[in-house]
Amino acid sequence: MSDGAEALQAIADAVIAQAKPGEHVEAYVSRDSETDIRVYEGQIEHFVSAQSEGIGIRIVKDGRTGFAYAGTLDQQAIADVLAEARDNVEFGTPDEWAGVAEPDGVDVIRQALWSETLAGYSTDRKIELTKELERLTLAADSRIRIDDANYSDVAGESAVATTTGIRRSGRENGCYVSVSTLADDGDETQTGFGFSVGRSPDDFDLAKAAKEAAERATRLLGAVKPPSRRLTVVLDPFVAAQFLGIISSTLNGEAVIKGRSLFRDRLGEQVASPLFRLVDDPTNPLAYTATELDGEGLAARRNVLIDGGVLQQFVHNSYSARRAGTVSTGNAVRGGFKGTPGVGALALQVQPGTRSQAELISDITDGVLVQSVSGMHSGVNPISGDFSTGASGLLISNGQLGGPVREFTIASTLQRMLLDVLEVGGDIDWLPMRAAGVSLVIADMTMSGA
Amino acid sequence: MIDHDVLTRVLGAAVKGGAEFAEIFAEDKRSTSAGLDDGRIEQVTSGRDRGAGIRVVKGDTTGFAHTADLSEAGLLAAAQSAAAAASQGGGGVRTIALTRVEPTKVNTIECYPDDVPKAAKVELLRRVDEAARSAGAAIVQVSAGYGDSRRRILVANTDGVLAEDEQVRGLIRLSVVANGDAGMQTGFQSAGQTVGFEMFDTVDVEALARDAARQAITKLSARPAPSGALPVVIKRGSGGVLFHEACGHGLEADLVGKGASVYRGKTGELVASPLVTLVDDGTMSTEWGAIGIDDEGHPSQYNVLIQDGVLTDYMWDYLRARKEGHRQSGNGRRQSYMHLPMVRMTNTYVLNGTDEPDDIVRATDHGVYIAQLGGGSVNTATGDFVFGMTEAYLIEGGEITEPLREGNLVGNGPQVLCDIDMLGNDFGMGNPGTCGKDGQGVPVGDGQPTLRVKTMTIGGTAA
Repeated sequence: MSDGAEALQAIADAVIAQAKPGEHVEAYVSRDSETDIRVYEGQIEHFVSAQSEGIGIRIVKDGRTGFAYAGTLDQQAIADVLAEARDNVEFGTPDEWAGVAEPDGVDVIRQALWSETLAGYSTDRKIELTKELERLTLAADSRIRIDDANYSDVAGESAVATTTGIRRSGRENGCYVSVSTLADDGDETQTGFGFSVGRSPDDFDLAKAAKEAAERATRLLGAVKPPSRRLTVVLDPFVAAQFLGIISSTLNGEAVIKGRSLFRDRLGEQVASPLFRLVDDPTNPLAYTATELDGEGLAARRNVLIDGGVLQQFVHNSYSARRAGTVSTGNAVRGGFKGTPGVGALALQVQPGTRSQAELISDITDGVLVQSVSGMHSGVNPISGDFSTGASGLLISNGQLGGPVREFTIASTLQRMLLDVLEVGGDIDWLPMRAAGVSLVIADMTMSGA
Repeated sequence: MIDHDVLTRVLGAAVKGGAEFAEIFAEDKRSTSAGLDDGRIEQVTSGRDRGAGIRVVKGDTTGFAHTADLSEAGLLAAAQSAAAAASQGGGGVRTIALTRVEPTKVNTIECYPDDVPKAAKVELLRRVDEAARSAGAAIVQVSAGYGDSRRRILVANTDGVLAEDEQVRGLIRLSVVANGDAGMQTGFQSAGQTVGFEMFDTVDVEALARDAARQAITKLSARPAPSGALPVVIKRGSGGVLFHEACGHGLEADLVGKGASVYRGKTGELVASPLVTLVDDGTMSTEWGAIGIDDEGHPSQYNVLIQDGVLTDYMWDYLRARKEGHRQSGNGRRQSYMHLPMVRMTNTYVLNGTDEPDDIVRATDHGVYIAQLGGGSVNTATGDFVFGMTEAYLIEGGEITEPLREGNLVGNGPQVLCDIDMLGNDFGMGNPGTCGKDGQGVPVGDGQPTLRVKTMTIGGTAA
């Protein structure tokens, strides 16, 4: 254990030692540091160096839960948080399943989630590579302007302790660069972006990020609003990853027990195309969100959610599992010390196919390659399954990429879309989000445009 | 929150190396939230966020650091990090004389949320749950949330500004699930104000709950939304997000300054139908986006952005105003002391027109009537935007008829603004919103009278 994590563990231990008879207490303590660098026209626009720390305390007594947090590890503040959490207990409704997690005997799979290279990386070199990314992107195409080029890294340590005997800590760091582009042609402007992620900056592929950022913007120049029709849709890896995040919310054990999942009665049934295999695997260190521990301190583990299109299991934290009569799948998610653990996928991945995106496209007579979507938060209802999102991309005609299109929507239902998966690409892309990207071909969606 | 002398010493230390500008933003926020789901009060949460962010500007570079330690030593350490981040040369000692800036008076707090028993807050959720569940047998799930916050902020900078404000907010929201033969549908309602707990003397939480339930039940018989271009009528108080996305973000001076807005260089030009006058108003009493000062210490203002269709001005923060020799407009906001401020909206709304709302529907032969919009987003560089419709109906022969399933609408901001061809006289504000930009969320309000857009693309699945 690192010195820092050990100190956090000691704070958590000291809190749970103050549990009163009949109380179950969980203390979650974390400390993060972040660097954010933004470069614009060769100059640093901003440089943010941020440290934050805090504690969240959950108390369960007689089936009632109370919670409080503070963004400091000051002794007096911790005492106040404990008192507030205790006071909040009495307002909860008794719930026979309420409780903190209990040790489940599953061993932690150790991963190399801490990079000394990143931890020791000099500020000057971080700035230099951000400037380099801006230069490479500008050089990629004469029509390109830069909106901003960014470098971000985060290092976090956390510890959790419970009166039920969980006592674990961990630390991880990671970084990414991103660049937003504008491409101009006369009065018209289009936008693009590119990024690269890594455990350390040595993993970055700046040239690829620059090329993609330039290409995404320039290839939309001249885009028109397409006529409405039904057609085959290819989701670019970045877009597919966003859909996977939403699909996983329908496999959330909490949504299932509360009757909000459209797949709640479908375990063991065919819910997707037979070639669709969805895995949540936080033990894969290639995943940006790989982790050793879930939000309750249980070992993170690999879970197959859909296999051969058949729904295998839901994901659970200890509460949803207890209520559903099963065991936690190690899927407690926690947005830092300010909240109690919810349920969610940690690192989603669709089993990739073998063919490149170009090969997938070569089979399509009338289709559209969707390179970006907007309004995922407003136009997708994971409870009813209805969705429609704004989109932009390139038409596909007789196996070839055609003209750019924008200001249209693609719509279907999540249920249909899963069944309509025609093929999965071999182009897996690790993204700075909870799902990896891969090209997905969907047989039949509605495009609404002119 | 912080002693006057400490402020001047820390600011002095921050610019000792030759920076032109330094600012301390301190915040002390206490919040309470409670969640009800599945018939249970799941938990009450108490939160405390307290700290300071220090910004140092040298040339075009901003250095920023924050700390949860409000002692002089803690602040000095953060000031040094921020100054180092702004990487300055030169040197010199500056004396800073702070002058107090008075915030705009946006409300009077009668009942601070910290003085209200938690039991009274939890009771609101129980009332919401009961009202929603008794609205119909089809209602199978209810989740509701209550939140309040008391946020004290202090801003001091090397221009001599010293300002303090206290922002008190309360919020209630609920979502319900109805189950029918064709699957599940959802309904949503919320109310939020920049005021104390007395807001619940006038907000009828049962009525909100019944409305969310009605919405979900209505949608059980909804048919797929049309696919393609149609006239759209948007009910009063439900479509402010259209302006927030169609032009609000594009009028933020930071995006304009980088050439990332379709509205760049358009001041003085006709950018919307002459029916449209658009205002961003941080002074609007008790509304969700109301503030006494912005997060750079500038008093909130009433800013006309578009007058009778002509673009009059953008919204400004300190940095962009300084760069372009403009005055600040009270739009420099940030999520918390851990964030840099940027140009943000407050309460953004369209003033009344003259049409009777019923006439607008009657004048529409075939179209869509939107009674509630969800969120939206925009690409400010192209003007293309989307927003979700969470309650919508078909208009046939000038009458509102069948309910429609959910979907997004897409449009292009400059085009849609020009296509507004009828504007009602029934102005209303909408639900409280959280506007996201560059990873930061801030509370915003929006509003508009009933209006019609000649044509927009509806992203449904029906032919």
